[in-house]
Amino acid sequence: MSATDHVDGGPPRSAAVDHDTVPPARTGLLVVAGVLLLLPVLALMWVGSYSRVDPKLGAFPFFIWYQFLWVFLTSAVTYTAYRIVLVARPHRPMTEDAPAVDEPGEQP
Amino acid sequence: MSGIDTPALLVLVLLFLLVTAMGFWATRWRRPTSMESLDEWGLGGRSFGTWITWFLLGGDLYTAYTFVAVPAAMFALGAVSGFFAVPYTIVLYPIIFVFMARLWSVSHRHGYVTTADFVRGRFGSRGLSLAVAVTGFLATMPYIALQLVGIQAVLEVVGLGGGGNVVAKDAPLFIAFALLAAYTYSGGLRAPAVIAFVKDILIYLVILVAIVYLPSKVGGWGEVFSAAEAKMSAAAPDGKPVGSFVPGASAQWAYATLGLGSALALFMYPHSVTASLSAKSRNTVRRNASILPAYSFVLGLLALLGWVAIAAGTKPVGLDGEPNAQLVIPQLFEDMFPSWFAGVAFAAIAIGALVPAAIMSIAAANTFTRNIYKEWLKPSATPEQEAKVSKLMSLVVKAFALVFVLALDKQNAINFQLLGGIWILQTFPAVVLGLYTRWLHRWALVAGWAVGMVYGTVAAYNVANPRSGVEHFGGSLAEIPVIGQLGYIAMTAFVANLVVAVVVTLVLRAMRAPEGRDETIRGDYFADAGDPRVRTVLQPLHQEAPNP
Repeated sequence: MSATDHVDGGPPRSAAVDHDTVPPARTGLLVVAGVLLLLPVLALMWVGSYSRVDPKLGAFPFFIWYQFLWVFLTSAVTYTAYRIVLVARPHRPMTEDAPAVDEPGEQP
Repeated sequence: MSGIDTPALLVLVLLFLLVTAMGFWATRWRRPTSMESLDEWGLGGRSFGTWITWFLLGGDLYTAYTFVAVPAAMFALGAVSGFFAVPYTIVLYPIIFVFMARLWSVSHRHGYVTTADFVRGRFGSRGLSLAVAVTGFLATMPYIALQLVGIQAVLEVVGLGGGGNVVAKDAPLFIAFALLAAYTYSGGLRAPAVIAFVKDILIYLVILVAIVYLPSKVGGWGEVFSAAEAKMSAAAPDGKPVGSFVPGASAQWAYATLGLGSALALFMYPHSVTASLSAKSRNTVRRNASILPAYSFVLGLLALLGWVAIAAGTKPVGLDGEPNAQLVIPQLFEDMFPSWFAGVAFAAIAIGALVPAAIMSIAAANTFTRNIYKEWLKPSATPEQEAKVSKLMSLVVKAFALVFVLALDKQNAINFQLLGGIWILQTFPAVVLGLYTRWLHRWALVAGWAVGMVYGTVAAYNVANPRSGVEHFGGSLAEIPVIGQLGYIAMTAFVANLVVAVVVTLVLRAMRAPEGRDETIRGDYFADAGDPRVRTVLQPLHQEAPNP
């Protein structure tokens, strides 16, 4: 659903936005961010790939230092993903022409 | 161990007094015009920026109990039981990066304070909302109690809390908690936010000093790892190895499911959500997802201190003369550090208990107020009344935790905490999947939740641990049906929960069961700080609004 060209039959206002839509985004970039975020999860869930002692880093078994390494990689990955999603989906300000919604507290 | 370590105790008391003064001062910090609403008292005015949120979430998630229990598990059982905390707190951040921004946005638009608030608005279901609220409340209670266990461990090693006199024995813990209750009552979430600065700085200081200084005193890291390997691979009385140095092939499912299940569950807890919703913008939590791993690094180092204690030959023995692995880290500090620095380390752990205990009690109180009191008992409650009930409830919750720890065997608190982790994950489908889709039917989500809760509780009850001589609640691992490997019970229950939710949804859709009304719109999930709240949109609806 593209929000940019979606104008419902409301009052004829210039560039009225229907806020019951997903703000437009560059899907390709979102996918890239998603893949980046998936990497640490896949790497660490695949325990068989790192549950061994060698190669050691100094005295540290592979099992230990590899997981410490992922602390830093994850930090880098989430920061990169953050920069990407900012570009991928710019904020679409909400204005007061949002459709009327009952306030919480009224039970249907 | 006999007698009181006076210099350590002195440092501990001084730092504790400093923190208490800061806690009371917090009421004036970023003083709001009125404290009389849950947005102010319970969420700090939804105003915290990136760094305050970093300290607050770090102080909230990495609790004193974690600091005591993770190295204790490393010391006693090795990597599978202890080091899983590292992958757990790593995969946590990509996961919350994905969904927390949506939860923040929709909560900002609709003024939600708890996850149960969101579920109610999204699915139009009071029953599902109640299930989420009760689960959150029950899971949080033992977690608060365990923070007291963390303080107790420190006091015990300093030499306090011994003796036959019941009043003198528990007086320090009682006073500490009474002060905490008092400043949380007056300052709300601002109090732990201020204290978190001290807590986190002390923790970083102590762990970094410990990790540089202690291994050199026991012969270096090589010695630490070979001592750990020797202890873990030695045969226990039942003929099997004591523990694991690195997870063997049969323990890999356990290691992975413990990590992933705990990560999925952590931000379902009310206290995590409270700290996240107190952030001032949608992206604050996302930025934090890239800087919070700093705490995971420290937690990993702390876990290794459990193995340093093996090399150091630490003998964690309680004041009652019984071995108690939970005391291993305080005891290691007591043995190896100069007395005054041991005091700093103890203060770090004790203060580390206060921050999460405060946030947890606020979060539990908010949950009670919003989703039980206002929803079921007094729908006409004003924001002032909500704040009042929540403040009182925060006292009740803490008093209950205190009684829980002092009157009952603390093993009860540990068992309930184990159950709490299993239970809280069962709210994930309603909350997180609900942020994306309403495809799952509200009644199907209730059915899935119920199945997950019952399965998880029964499975945990049936875990025996012959080595420590317990028949029930012997651990959090059980055989995963179909796969046949040991795995985290919460994950198995979670999968069962999802399967039931999907199947029942298909049935209900075929029957055209009523879906309930959704009060949110798609744009709500992308709103940011400057966007108007829904309730402010309502009144000027007839006016011509300027376009951006």
